[in-house]
Amino acid sequence: MSTQPRALPSDRAAVALRVLGVAALVGVAATAWLGLFVTPPDEYMGNLVRLLYVHPPTAWVAFLAYGIASVASLLYLWPRTRAEHFDRLAGASAEVGVVFTGLTLVSGSIWGRPTWGAWWVWDPLLTTTALLFVLYLGYLALRRVPGEFHVRARRSAIAALIAFIDVPIVYFSVEWWRSLHQAPTVLNPTTHKTYVHGSMAWTLLLGFVSFTLVYIWLMAHRYRLAKLQDLEDTEGLEIALAERRAEAVVG
Amino acid sequence: MLRDAMLVAGKDLRIEIRSRVGLNQIGPFAIAVLLLFGLALGPDRQVLAPASAGLFWVAVLLSTVLAVQRSYAIESADAARDGLRLSGLDPAGIFLGKAGAVLAQLLVLEAALTVGVALLYGAHLSGGLVLVAACAAGTLGLAAVGTLYGVVASGLRTRETLLPLLLLPVVAPVLLAATKAWDAALAGAPGRAGGWLDVLVVFAVLYVAIGIVAFGPLLEDG
Repeated sequence: MSTQPRALPSDRAAVALRVLGVAALVGVAATAWLGLFVTPPDEYMGNLVRLLYVHPPTAWVAFLAYGIASVASLLYLWPRTRAEHFDRLAGASAEVGVVFTGLTLVSGSIWGRPTWGAWWVWDPLLTTTALLFVLYLGYLALRRVPGEFHVRARRSAIAALIAFIDVPIVYFSVEWWRSLHQAPTVLNPTTHKTYVHGSMAWTLLLGFVSFTLVYIWLMAHRYRLAKLQDLEDTEGLEIALAERRAEAVVG
Repeated sequence: MLRDAMLVAGKDLRIEIRSRVGLNQIGPFAIAVLLLFGLALGPDRQVLAPASAGLFWVAVLLSTVLAVQRSYAIESADAARDGLRLSGLDPAGIFLGKAGAVLAQLLVLEAALTVGVALLYGAHLSGGLVLVAACAAGTLGLAAVGTLYGVVASGLRTRETLLPLLLLPVVAPVLLAATKAWDAALAGAPGRAGGWLDVLVVFAVLYVAIGIVAFGPLLEDG
């Protein structure tokens, strides 16, 4: 079919994506191995600290994904930079972001149960993350409503920005409301000394890098899928018509 | 822009006065919500009175969804929305008008609900100025976001289910800040409400500004 060469990424891009996928897989496997077997248990948290090689990286990826989705939405709305790929990028990034937000909530909850004594506490960061989860589920639901490409893209982009502007307001108002979350303690802002040492710091760093690679890999594939879906929508009908005509000629 | 806003708000409120959908449906719905909260929490006033601020604002939030749906239901009948688009009115004016009409209706509803929480939950109404200020700023924010998401969802087949999902998480800060402001006022310490009122004002100003900018393109698309 004539549509295939345009729908699939070029050979070089496909190879790059595959290499990225392998690197992400190796990175996650190495993080798991280092986190579970090589690093020592923490002085205070014991073996619970091993969850922290996963939890902050998933949270980072979730926020990174929403940030990229918002920038892409803004670029789509800006007339000079309006292009279909920004809409697909926003959708793909938000979808991966929702998955990682879910993972962040689950891993945080598992860590909170033995540490705070409850699966859930009404802490600013947790509450904001949970609200973000439903906010972007709403955004994805809106994206799924069928419609003409540019109409759908524009309303999705505006909805994404309405949601994104809400994030700091939610965060600060909930923070005022109550505060319990452990402040990020990897780096001390006054002395610039790292609190996490040796193998633990390296494992955490590797976690951040490999989860970011996983994000890029998932997002690139989701982007490709969205492009294929759009192609199917626009050209599928023509192909079906051509097939029917061919049948009629044969018959 | 303001003249157009007054025209649109006048039209929406005139339709409401003649059809009385808000009076006959949204008002009773909000009272039903108050009664249901009472059933859920039990008859103990020691429990109900401290919770009345939060319950009041949840009832307002749920009513906002209905008010916004109604605001766009009147535009979908007889393709009135096309008329609105072709009318040559400033889109920002249309946004302000529709939001203003929703605001006016919700404020009336809130007055009734205030009496409701005083009677049903035994809330001691004090700090009247803070109560009114929180209602004014909070409801303006609700009406602005509601009108904005209302136009996003209107015309879609799944609008009834989509609107609450889009709207309610975004207005979470309004629920939080308005409840805290009311809590402070009802507890007889209106001075503690100051920061929360600021949150409500910032929220309202932000979303009114976004609505003024974004409403035009959204109205064209639907």
